[in-house]
Amino acid sequence: MRQTVDTSAENRRILAFAPRLVRGARLVGLAALGFSVLLALWLRDGWATFFQAYLVNFCYFLSLGLGALFFVILQHLTRAGWSVVVRRLAEGLAGTLPVLALLAVLVLVGMGELYPWATGHAPADDHLLLGKQAYLNPFFFAVRMVLYFAVWAGLSQYFLRTSVRQDETGDPRLTLHMQWASAPAMLLFAVTVTFASFDLLMSLEPHWYSTIFGVYFFAGGVLGFLALLVVVVWGLQRSGRITASVTPEHYHDLGKLLLGFTVFWAYIAFSQYMLIWYANIPEETTWYLVRQEGIWLWVSVGLLAGHFLLPFLLLLSRYPKRRQGLLVLIAGWLLLMHWVDLFWLTMPGRRSGSWPLHVLDVTCFVASGALWVSAAAHRLRRVSLVPQRDPRLLESLTFENV
Amino acid sequence: MIRADSPSQAATPTATPRLWGYVARFDSVEALLTAAERMRDAGFTHWDAHTPFPVHGLNDAMGLKPTRLPWLVFGAGVAGATLGIALQWWTNAFDYRFIISGKPFWSLPANIPVAFELTILFSALAAFLGMLVFNDLPRWYHALFTNRAFRRATADAFFISIEADDPRFDARHTRALLEELGGTGVEAVLEE
Repeated sequence: MRQTVDTSAENRRILAFAPRLVRGARLVGLAALGFSVLLALWLRDGWATFFQAYLVNFCYFLSLGLGALFFVILQHLTRAGWSVVVRRLAEGLAGTLPVLALLAVLVLVGMGELYPWATGHAPADDHLLLGKQAYLNPFFFAVRMVLYFAVWAGLSQYFLRTSVRQDETGDPRLTLHMQWASAPAMLLFAVTVTFASFDLLMSLEPHWYSTIFGVYFFAGGVLGFLALLVVVVWGLQRSGRITASVTPEHYHDLGKLLLGFTVFWAYIAFSQYMLIWYANIPEETTWYLVRQEGIWLWVSVGLLAGHFLLPFLLLLSRYPKRRQGLLVLIAGWLLLMHWVDLFWLTMPGRRSGSWPLHVLDVTCFVASGALWVSAAAHRLRRVSLVPQRDPRLLESLTFENV
Repeated sequence: MIRADSPSQAATPTATPRLWGYVARFDSVEALLTAAERMRDAGFTHWDAHTPFPVHGLNDAMGLKPTRLPWLVFGAGVAGATLGIALQWWTNAFDYRFIISGKPFWSLPANIPVAFELTILFSALAAFLGMLVFNDLPRWYHALFTNRAFRRATADAFFISIEADDPRFDARHTRALLEELGGTGVEAVLEE
């Protein structure tokens, strides 16, 4: 057993390139956003397309940030020792949630273009929509958004700040405090993420409802975050950072979680599908019907194969989980699949034709993605990439899978 | 298991004790790991290490190959899924065609839960039973249990045991090797 690990020579900072990354990414993001807006002005139906594309990409990075927040809370809730060396990165990625709150403003602006219930002129005989008006109306929607982001920003700030404070003081009571806070934090997280997914994505089809939808969004987001964490750790190690702290043992465990959430996502996706398919009630089946027509059938089948079967079979064995290069390829693939999944949740019924992808999808991806990366780099620019005085750090450094 | 030591048993003509192998005690994890590496490098195959708790790095020190169990479990899982699908196809779409809640005779979504459950069931049983078979379990008797000192393997001591039927076993040299590796109280283990 390795009793100690020599990490004295290790580079745990991104100080060298952080300022450039923060500014560069912000510039690229704002430029892409400006370009997207110009395109929206210039194209016919440009605003509708713009807001749809923006919503998909906003939800993509939101789900990654929420996945990071879940990961941090989970580690404290379970008093996990193995994960300490990668927890700071998760704290930093969750620390983007306040910036995501700013990005959410554009969703509020585009509400009328996005949501049928927000147009303000629902047909008088649409009893289902009228019945939901008490919940699905622009004012209450905005109030809920403020509430969700207040909770998420608060939680992510709390965990990041407390953890960074421990870097200086080394006070083990901070760990106990975060552990104490993690249980109510998890409850708050579960409730807010469930309702936020109802509001942001499910209410795109306000006649349709699925009680498992929140879990579906959550499963995809956590899977996406875990894949991103693998890619980020690998990238940092390639650039000569945290090379001693993170070992194949940690990749192995992240790989196990990737496998677990791949299966969990498929389990939830199938649970939702099977109940609706079996009951065969028109108001529920319409949602799947549009996803079985034209190009969307192939996207649906592609998700089954690419979001579940392929990564499931690839991740089963111990071998790829311990080979960084291989695991990063699988993780990159899962990040792509998670995007396709959100696209598939949003676009059917809005985009038709043989090629549903629009140039605005790409520009909006660059816009929200670059701003998000800038926010993450901003949060991590001055702190150690490893919680260096966490009481369980040694346990994590010497961790081995039996 | 203590009966083998008793004179009455030893006196019976059938019970001619045979040398099963040796067992050597080590007092620390480090000593055990070093000894295990030497045993591995000496090319022994029929030997084992015994510890009161899991020791990290012991697998490498012993040169153990990865277990074949995952392949068995994977095969059983595939078999379970196939059987689950085939069972439902045969009963509902072939042998006794029957319309249930307006669904086609053979409809895959409805068959997934059963196929899924059988996959889990077969995998779990294969993992459990395969583990037993690969470990030569269950068994009521093992020659090592005749050794009194070996009981400390569940409390506070580390052991290496080597079987006499190892191709490289030599009654004199192997004993000398174990003593040289720092094994205290190297004892012969006899088998009826």
